[in-house]
Amino acid sequence: MNSTSVVRIDGVTKTFPQGNVTALQEIDLELAPAEFVSLIGPSGCGKSTLLRVIGDLIEPTAGSITVNGKSVRQARNDGDYGIVFQDAVLFDWRTVAKNIALPLEMLGWERQRRKARVTEMLELVELGGFADHHPWQLSGGMQQRVAIARALSFEPALLLMDEPFGALDEMTRERLNLELLSIWQKTGSTVVFVTHSISEAVFLSTRVVVMSPRPGRIAGMIDVDLPSPRSVETREAPRFFELVTEVRELLRKRGEHLLPEEEARIS
Amino acid sequence: MSGIVVSERGPTVGGRAVRQAGEWLPAVVVFVLVVGLWEGTIRAFHVQQFLLPKPSSIASAFWTQRHTLWPAGWYTFKEALGGFVIGSVAGVVAATVVGRFRVVGTALMPIFIAANAIPIIAFAPIFGVWFNPISPHSKMAVAGVLCFLPVMVNTLRGLQSASPRQIELMRSYAASDFDVWRRVRVPTALPFLFTALKVASVLAMIGAIVGEYFGGALTALGVLISSDAQVFQFTTAWAGILVASLLGIALYTAVVLVERVVVRWSPQARGS
Repeated sequence: MNSTSVVRIDGVTKTFPQGNVTALQEIDLELAPAEFVSLIGPSGCGKSTLLRVIGDLIEPTAGSITVNGKSVRQARNDGDYGIVFQDAVLFDWRTVAKNIALPLEMLGWERQRRKARVTEMLELVELGGFADHHPWQLSGGMQQRVAIARALSFEPALLLMDEPFGALDEMTRERLNLELLSIWQKTGSTVVFVTHSISEAVFLSTRVVVMSPRPGRIAGMIDVDLPSPRSVETREAPRFFELVTEVRELLRKRGEHLLPEEEARIS
Repeated sequence: MSGIVVSERGPTVGGRAVRQAGEWLPAVVVFVLVVGLWEGTIRAFHVQQFLLPKPSSIASAFWTQRHTLWPAGWYTFKEALGGFVIGSVAGVVAATVVGRFRVVGTALMPIFIAANAIPIIAFAPIFGVWFNPISPHSKMAVAGVLCFLPVMVNTLRGLQSASPRQIELMRSYAASDFDVWRRVRVPTALPFLFTALKVASVLAMIGAIVGEYFGGALTALGVLISSDAQVFQFTTAWAGILVASLLGIALYTAVVLVERVVVRWSPQARGS
């Protein structure tokens, strides 16, 4: 049963020596191909740490992780990760097209192939006319779409997203949620999506992983059985609200309430 | 969508010229007023020549002495330029080494910061002894030392202010340290470097001229200004200062023009 998993996490623990914080304790998690998994939980539950451990940006203190049967280091060297952070993290000195081409340059693609792929990606995120713009000439939502295009440009096996829409306004966020889903359906990559928002997690995911803090661990998982493809109506379906309630209950049951501003964001 | 590009690049060439003229106009008006007021005040109150000559006298000395002043200016400019290049290159190299090897930085940075507070110009007579006081090398040394610290400190700060997220992203692409340096740290440092080079271009002219006040070739501008002042040739001394100013502005402008080409992507460069 394990041979088909894209990511396999076994007993991963991460402690930070400063302040003796246990960010992650004994995490076990498996991701199947083309799954869209959200990690949700209050601040300090280790969801971003878990994402970084998967992406080989942080080394775990104990436990093992494999990605497509390889070590995370090997996976990183093979270009298996596409990462999107909360900020777009674009390079001001590169045009939009060159930002998207950056991972392709690092992988040693030749110019013609890069150019063709960049054009394709710009179409995918609907930024066709902005190839020669610089990042600071774009709005926040457009910048984040460039970051997504860049992360997807080399067709990574795994897309790691750390609150990618956290800094955007609600309307932009909902539109980009839909765009992300349609891109995900076209590319078929596996997604790990860290978020603070219960409704966003339920709307996007095939599975929601609820985490609780101090020490960071998995409090429970909820399979999202909403019909696919999801649309604006999905957010109004009774089942959507049931699932949102289920996730919220799971967060509450662990005795860890959301911070007030997080409460406000999800209601 | 291409319409956005056109509108951001501004209107037609003619329109841009008019707009730029509009931006310059207030400064030109103030300049003319100040010079006019200066001329008028000195005529009205019969101020002594040695206190402050009339702008018209300075202008006439600037013209009649042009065959002495400009070659002298050029001589000094070459010293300043030499010091500017040597100091800036040394500053960039030092910043690169210190940025790369943390141990070196820990050992040297406190010393550099302390050295930054030293009035380096005070060493000018010493440099005159170390090198031949008549040769241009002692002035280049003063200018070079003056340029070194701001360039070094700013470049280092630039190299170190690359965003941690950008570096993390590069790591996720399996980038080597050299890749991170070339594609993230250096571009991030460029605006910092040019800020420092602008400061250094001014310091280089100051270093060369003040260096010459302590002795130098008779054909050097600093020597000319100080000897003219000693023999009460104040209008010529002022004309010399005018030449020094024009050359200083020229060097500064050259740095700004290179900056516009090299970091034209910068939002700050666009804005100004």
